[in-house]
Amino acid sequence: MSIDRRNFIRIIGIAGVSLAVGNSFGATTPEKESEVEFRGMLYDSTRCIGCRACEKACAKAHNLPEPKDELKVDVLRKTSESQRSVINNYTTSKGEVFIRKQCMQCNEPACTAACLTQAMFKTKEGPVIWRADKCMGCRYCMVSCPFDIPKFEFHSSNPIIQKCDMCYDRIIKGQIPACAEACGDALTFGTRRELIAEARKRIAENPKDYIDQIYGENVAGGTGSLYLSSVPFNEVGFNAGLQNSSYPALTKGFLYSVPSVDVLLPPLLLAIHEATKNNHSNDEDHD
Amino acid sequence: MTNPAYPIAKENNGKSSWKFVFSELKPQGKWFTPFNIISIPIILLGLGIIVVRFWKGLGSVTNLSQEVPWGIWIGFDVVTGVAFAGGAYVVTFMVYILNMKKYHSIVRVTVLNGFLAYAFYTGALLLDLGRPWNVVNPVIGNNFGTSSVLFLVAWHFLLYMLAELIEFSPAIAEWLGARRAHKILSGMTVGAVILGITLSTLHQSGLGALYLMAKDKIHPLWYSEFIPILFLVSSIFAGLSMVIFEGSISHKVFFDKVSEKNEKAQNGIIHGLSKICAGAMFAYFFLQFLVFIHGKNWGLLNTPMGYWFLVEMIGFVLIPMMLFFYSYRTSNLFLIRLAAILTMIGVILNRLNVTVIGFRWDAAVHYIPSLMEIIVTLTVIFIEVWVFRWVINRMPVLGESPVWAKEEK
Repeated sequence: MSIDRRNFIRIIGIAGVSLAVGNSFGATTPEKESEVEFRGMLYDSTRCIGCRACEKACAKAHNLPEPKDELKVDVLRKTSESQRSVINNYTTSKGEVFIRKQCMQCNEPACTAACLTQAMFKTKEGPVIWRADKCMGCRYCMVSCPFDIPKFEFHSSNPIIQKCDMCYDRIIKGQIPACAEACGDALTFGTRRELIAEARKRIAENPKDYIDQIYGENVAGGTGSLYLSSVPFNEVGFNAGLQNSSYPALTKGFLYSVPSVDVLLPPLLLAIHEATKNNHSNDEDHD
Repeated sequence: MTNPAYPIAKENNGKSSWKFVFSELKPQGKWFTPFNIISIPIILLGLGIIVVRFWKGLGSVTNLSQEVPWGIWIGFDVVTGVAFAGGAYVVTFMVYILNMKKYHSIVRVTVLNGFLAYAFYTGALLLDLGRPWNVVNPVIGNNFGTSSVLFLVAWHFLLYMLAELIEFSPAIAEWLGARRAHKILSGMTVGAVILGITLSTLHQSGLGALYLMAKDKIHPLWYSEFIPILFLVSSIFAGLSMVIFEGSISHKVFFDKVSEKNEKAQNGIIHGLSKICAGAMFAYFFLQFLVFIHGKNWGLLNTPMGYWFLVEMIGFVLIPMMLFFYSYRTSNLFLIRLAAILTMIGVILNRLNVTVIGFRWDAAVHYIPSLMEIIVTLTVIFIEVWVFRWVINRMPVLGESPVWAKEEK
């Protein structure tokens, strides 16, 4: 078999293109990507009836005391070191609205950027988890979290951080979070992309029932917990002033300056030291 | 001759160095001094509170809450304490990098002060950690949270303490009469100084950068993306004011330890430092002004927090700055000391306004430190002063080095 010049060039060309293109495309096949896509939870407040089955399921799944306090209109209940999620009832421009609060599972969480031991950790599946063996209890995650989610056991000699982790242990076993399992149809678990599509569909199909916003789509750089509501979100206890860019981005400028300063300042200082060394006539001994 | 090195060197001749250290550990001087009478009961009380804190948890002694997780143990002990320790990097910069030999006599005491401040205030951080047994995680092991500002601050603290220990170590070597070690350690000084200044630049600003993510929690008059730079610039005059203040006290309390030469140099040094303070404060005030204009916060000035902001900026930055300028021109040492005290109050106010007072200023229930938190803070400060006094009384810090150490050069 002989290879003439034209064929040779063609083979080289095909090989080259398939190497270049094939590699860059093949390395990130869409199937592999979807396996590790962020999961999230869509909470539709128009469907929530305030039965608090999610709260009870949450407490049971995480061995926490069952919340016994009564749910009253406009009496704010908070998540705490013994309760990872709460339902509240707000009086709004469209009557009483239930709203759930738990960790937002940010795409770029402030708490994990704050954590100096990686105890707060954004898993590839989406949930933000806390790991006891790494945490030193500095509470910088609490200072940084714009949603005030991590709760600390102030009255324990071996305190832990309590926060919703979207039932990470259940998710990796292929189960859905306990709250979503217990809920009628207000809570939907799925990939974040599916949930946003679903939320858009609901808004488009019933534009009168919803305001045209998915809370969590953009806030704080996007979150895994997504909300639909019939009223603006500042009426149901959300801080309307939170930024849409991610919170870790706020420290980026400082963090980027660190290697520059660490590398550039010492030679500069050394140069000044050398330059000023013999500046003064040493008429006096200063040892 | 009041050189303290002579008797030490003589004592040292007969004994092994361990015996010498043990003999030095014994307290010297009078027990019933006003400082001891005040500090000993508070220290004992504070140690008791610390036991309770580890036994029953942080909530049993502090007023911290889920909304305000950091109180004065961070906002005052660490953030403010470290600003005051900034004198060490400024003075070593002046003496070793710019070769301003005039200030050489205050290097040791300033570095000692800085080192003890870091050791105690970051040591006090352990009290604030909920799970202190994991404190080694960011240092060893595979748990590096490299995207964390606190991670950088922790490492820079740690390395800086090492740098300061090296800077101070010739004094320890002189005390022990260790000539070989003295020679080696003295040779490392410039390297340690360069490392120390670099690390200080980053962790002084890093303490401010810690609060960058708490954007929605800090009052807008104190929050800006410039917190790190403001913290760095204010640490210069915070540290130097501390040097002026501490120097004035040390030279009275430890008058018998101060060599004649250093005593003479002291007034000139304070005079010179006042000029640097004035310049740094002018830069700081101007920067604060720019940040304020940039933030478009005019409307907030006419609120209670706005008045409080003006008190800090005018009463404790602008006025002491002008006082520094004036007292420098007129060589009035009393006014320089007054300006230093006002400046220090201003720095305390500023750090607390960012970390405690302005943090969650809009919350329904404000954080007010508990008495026990304050006692523990005082305990930390008093123990530090005890150690400081112990070192000053034994090592050649305020006085002259022994003759052999000088001949080495």
